[in-house]
Amino acid sequence: MTTLTPVLSAHWDEKDSFTMAGYKRHDGYKAAEKALKMEPDAVIQLVKDSGLRGRGGAGFPTGMKWGFIPQGDNKDHYLVVNADESEPGTCKDMPLLLANPHVLIEGMIIASYAIRAKYAFVYVRGEVTHVVRRVQQAIEDAYKAGYLGKNIFGSGVDLELVLHVGAGAYICGEETALLDSLEGFRGQPRLRPPFPAIAGLYARPTVVNNVESISSVPSIINNGAEWFSAMGTEKSKGMTIYSLSGHVTNPGQIEAPLGITLRELLDLAGGVRAGHELKFWTPGGSSTPIFTAAQLDTPLDYEGVAAAGSMLGTKALQIFDETTCVVRAVLRWSEFYKHESCGKCTPCREGTYWLVQILRDLENGKGSEADLDKLLDLCDNILGRAFCALGDGATSPITSSIKHFRDEYIAHFTNGGCPFDPHASTLFASAKAGA
Amino acid sequence: MAFTDQNIEVMDSIIKRYPRSRSAIMPLLHYVQSLEGYVTNEGIELIAKKLELATAEVSAVSTFYTQYKRKSVGEYHVGVCTNTLCAVMGGDAIFAGLKDHLGVENDGVTADGKVSLEHIECNAACDYAPVVMANWEFYDNQTVQSAKDLVDAMRAGNPPAPTRGPNTLPTWKENSAVLAGLNDGRANEGTQAGEPSLLGLRLSKEGKGAKA
Repeated sequence: MTTLTPVLSAHWDEKDSFTMAGYKRHDGYKAAEKALKMEPDAVIQLVKDSGLRGRGGAGFPTGMKWGFIPQGDNKDHYLVVNADESEPGTCKDMPLLLANPHVLIEGMIIASYAIRAKYAFVYVRGEVTHVVRRVQQAIEDAYKAGYLGKNIFGSGVDLELVLHVGAGAYICGEETALLDSLEGFRGQPRLRPPFPAIAGLYARPTVVNNVESISSVPSIINNGAEWFSAMGTEKSKGMTIYSLSGHVTNPGQIEAPLGITLRELLDLAGGVRAGHELKFWTPGGSSTPIFTAAQLDTPLDYEGVAAAGSMLGTKALQIFDETTCVVRAVLRWSEFYKHESCGKCTPCREGTYWLVQILRDLENGKGSEADLDKLLDLCDNILGRAFCALGDGATSPITSSIKHFRDEYIAHFTNGGCPFDPHASTLFASAKAGA
Repeated sequence: MAFTDQNIEVMDSIIKRYPRSRSAIMPLLHYVQSLEGYVTNEGIELIAKKLELATAEVSAVSTFYTQYKRKSVGEYHVGVCTNTLCAVMGGDAIFAGLKDHLGVENDGVTADGKVSLEHIECNAACDYAPVVMANWEFYDNQTVQSAKDLVDAMRAGNPPAPTRGPNTLPTWKENSAVLAGLNDGRANEGTQAGEPSLLGLRLSKEGKGAKA
């Protein structure tokens, strides 16, 4: 029995959860006040001790990232929060910011203090206007309360916090592309090293963290590292938000300790929609290799998912039942990567273009088995050769789906077209069946 | 149109947010869209002048990001998510239905200038699939019929409120100003969370863990 652990989402059911009053009702900004009385290095150590790892996909230890910022270098330091949530299937940071933007601001105050940054930015994707409103208002209210600006909390510490809104480019979720975008350029990734900790925003030491990672920090300061590390598994500590979408009875957000399984989560969400069965799913967005029912009991933590051949990623569990054509699903993801490729490197720019052409033919029944080998060969030439993880991600759905569903690809050309009825997969079809 | 002194003051205030002025390109482009409806040549020239850049440098940024438009969109810009999850759940049917209903293709605008249509990528609302965005506000759990009704109401001038957004649907220009970081005072409107966002919290309060 895994007990659910709503921490970040604990008060989302209160109508004013997003306001300063709603946040302060539950000890809001107490953690920042407490942290500002600690030594900055002690804050970093506490976050290290908690075992918190990045919730944006890579799982890098957050405290260690903070510790990489050189101290006493007489340079400006920056904190940048990545709220450019765009990985297909991922829908946790936007509801978090809609329901409680203050927890992010409080986390940013603590993180900025720890890394000695006087300027912090939150980069929110541009296609979510109401989320932008909530964050903007929360920042203004925090300034008014004296939690941002000069001499915050009367501590002598200054912090400017700026909202920066994107404009519809998935690639800006990649941390170095995000920094280029924030500097006012086309959002294209940078060569690493140097890493952002040494030369990030304006070539200054910079920490880039995900919304959920930073939002987890106030609870760690309030409750202690041991409280946090008591949740989760040996190397994957704490609670996290899992997002269930697609063919489940009740899609939505479930906050649980790391290591819960899809079987448990599906059980909580009422199972796969009535009358249907699980066919395939993504553990952490479209860039993570797909799983089937064989991985229902895989612990959804960093190590468990990796050991099973995929990645925990953003914990975006997209559930597809047997009515879904895997070729169509993969084609659509491939079109996405082609559209979002920034064009900087050849393997990704050209590779995703060819992947889409071949997949379109296959979906329309015009391919042959040799095309599957060509797809795999193309993927082999993109994976590890692209400039950033976007190219790698583009290959994941293709190679994993051919591994699990080769016969279904072949059925497309023996059948002379897609053997599936797209209407059967829709929400409207299930509504009718349920009525 | 000509930019007013007040417009220039707003632009100066946007530039002042950043340690380095070039960082203001993106909010300035959103701001130009809030005044002109799209990124006009005049807007690019003004931004270039303010930031001491070549117009080519500003154009290069504006053409990289899909939210910056180089021609007019409708008063209501409708985006249908056709990334895999939404497409499978009905987004493909909704997009096809709207193209047919409005008589426009992707990136098209209706003759009355009211509605433009675009297929969009994942908008971080997969638990509300299929999702339609209007002026970048959420319309959750759409059907082909509800989406047609939505655009009909837009053309009649009385669109319903977004599912998770302000109490009325702002125009494209109004929301472009919000994206430029200009507070419209409407953050307190609308719900704090839709039902799917509360799934885990509700289950926890009901005392439901998961069976091992």
